[in-house]
Amino acid sequence: MLDNLNLLVFAPYLGVQLLLDGIFIGAIFALAAYGLALVWGVMNVKNLSQGEFVIMGGYFAWYMSTYGIHPMYALPVAIIGMFGFGWVVYKTIISRVVEKDMFTSLLATFGLAIVIQQGLNLAFGPEVQVAESGFPTHTVPIWGGEITIAEIRFYSFLICCVLAGGVVTFMKKSRMGQAIRATAQDVRAAKVMGIDTEKVFAFTYALNAAICGAAGVLISMIWVIQPFYGITHSIRSFVIVTAAGFGNLAGVLMASFGLGVAEQYGGFIFGAELQQATVVGMLLLVLIWRQIQMNRLRQAVQ
Amino acid sequence: MRHFTKWSLAAAATVAMMGTSQIAYAAADCKELILGSAISFTGKYSTNGIHAKRGYDIAVKKINETGGVKIGANCYKFSIKYYDDESTPARTAQLLERLIKQDSVKYFLGPYSSATTKAAAPVIEKYKIPMVEAEGASRSLFNKGYRYLFAVLSTSEQYLASSIALAAEIAKKNGKKPGDVKVAMAFEQDPFSLDVRAGVVDDIKKYGLKIVIDDKLPRDLSDMSATLTKVKALKPDLLLISGHSKGAVTAARQIKELNIKTPMIAITHCESGKIVSKFGASTNGFLCPTQWAETLSYKGEAFGSAADYDKLFKATYDGYKTVPYQAAQASAAVLVWKDAFERAGSLDTEKVRDAIAATNMKTFYGGIKFAPAGNNIAKPMVLRQIQNGEYKVVAPAKWASSKIEHPRMVK
Repeated sequence: MLDNLNLLVFAPYLGVQLLLDGIFIGAIFALAAYGLALVWGVMNVKNLSQGEFVIMGGYFAWYMSTYGIHPMYALPVAIIGMFGFGWVVYKTIISRVVEKDMFTSLLATFGLAIVIQQGLNLAFGPEVQVAESGFPTHTVPIWGGEITIAEIRFYSFLICCVLAGGVVTFMKKSRMGQAIRATAQDVRAAKVMGIDTEKVFAFTYALNAAICGAAGVLISMIWVIQPFYGITHSIRSFVIVTAAGFGNLAGVLMASFGLGVAEQYGGFIFGAELQQATVVGMLLLVLIWRQIQMNRLRQAVQ
Repeated sequence: MRHFTKWSLAAAATVAMMGTSQIAYAAADCKELILGSAISFTGKYSTNGIHAKRGYDIAVKKINETGGVKIGANCYKFSIKYYDDESTPARTAQLLERLIKQDSVKYFLGPYSSATTKAAAPVIEKYKIPMVEAEGASRSLFNKGYRYLFAVLSTSEQYLASSIALAAEIAKKNGKKPGDVKVAMAFEQDPFSLDVRAGVVDDIKKYGLKIVIDDKLPRDLSDMSATLTKVKALKPDLLLISGHSKGAVTAARQIKELNIKTPMIAITHCESGKIVSKFGASTNGFLCPTQWAETLSYKGEAFGSAADYDKLFKATYDGYKTVPYQAAQASAAVLVWKDAFERAGSLDTEKVRDAIAATNMKTFYGGIKFAPAGNNIAKPMVLRQIQNGEYKVVAPAKWASSKIEHPRMVK
């Protein structure tokens, strides 16, 4: 561990590489996390199948690439396909549990996650898959060309920014977006004002699935996908949303970048096996810090 | 009376025809000899489980077609009773109990994977029933004193060990001291990869090389750029990676992305990860260990040479560009059973077990001779290098069909 810290001190360009990788990948985490924040905030459903939606999106890209279609074209297909899937899942499962207590919805989405995993396994087999973009890697001509930027990571970053921007504008400007925000504030009041909350819920859940699908397409071109890899993406989304709170896009973005960078540094300093542990450890610290903050606040009120 | 004869003749003919159509290759006087196996048709091991099943089936078919098994004066035909263990070790153990107790099977072929074989071993020990397995390579299977477990494949600590000898040899040729050869290692924390690591570490000590990175990879690995960034900084001469197909795929992708220039890279599971078709030319020069390759000059009874087996397998099953070694070793396990039954001249499990223990045969899959612990010591692990998108055997020298390219070409 000390050796690794030493390395960072003596070769600072490594830190830059880790930082870049972390930010690029963090942008993709932000997508799935924002989707979770949306569903959590609007309908109070903690969607445990979040990661599975991401992986499903990845399979769109992989499947199309086996037919010689460039995986980038899978982006609109996955968004539309997953939107439809999300709608169907809402109508068949989530609409029945949305009014129930937290544990019912947790159980239902957990069950859904298992069904999706096994379904993907049956359909496509358990092998690890990738969708190859074929984009080249560039070396940055400083520090002896040791820093590399893969074009695909850069494009993914841009796509994430565009998608996030699109969703935010939609929420602010469109009627449906306003309805979603109204429902998030108060379901009963929204109903009284004539908003069809059932439709809002269905739309929110479908939108979440679509965002996850887009994230999955990008993940399949940067990392690897496998039917059972959803869980790590679910955990990341939960960590980010817990740290940032929902209804706070800026917070979600910052937390996502922070998590991406922390993962890279954690992996470098503590070793790859503790990469995930670093993230969960950080969540713990955030929660403890929040607790202390709140205690202080309570005392001040007294 | 004439009426009766006519009818009975017709009936006899029908029965005979039904017989031939159902068991096309069964000669009339051969009895059935059942081997049992609980193997993975569904779940995470299903792909390789099915390769292994096809390996078993093709060997059974071949043996039955060429006269069956001769035990004393009697002739037997193999058949295999399968159950699907759903890739879960606990299920493997349950199904073996069922095969032994309900189906009265007394001779076993192995499941797929070390994990399921580990669950199977105590069961067959308990009932004193021999098993010849072909798909469990973990060395922990062979240090528990199991008496009824035999494996035809090389154990996992041999997977990457030969690359160390190769690196030391190349260093010597280039006038470098072994102590100057820097090795970077990244191994998953699972029984298989830890075995591979143990074998590598032993050989690193033996040759006196220097370990500069020793990273552990997580089970759900999809990013190892942190480890590879370290590789960039420390510039090792040899990079070793083992983490099943996900490790191979992740490593191949990120070695390309991060432009890693290490002159020698050895990775397990290149074939099952299909890294050549996924990443093309960037994988040229990777060293990949394999249990078996169709280009090896092994020969034996039943199947002939390795190349003959390759041809027969491809003709029997559609959709194989290369024959997976998992299928080849499964076939070899069935050959061991035939050989042992014939030498034992008996169906008694103890006698057959002793005959298996005394096996010393040459097959298309390589030599088979069991150590007292049950592992095969007559067949080395082979190292292949990806050259122009093709796997070429480069080590050990005795079987090599091509020369190693060193340092590997980096664009």
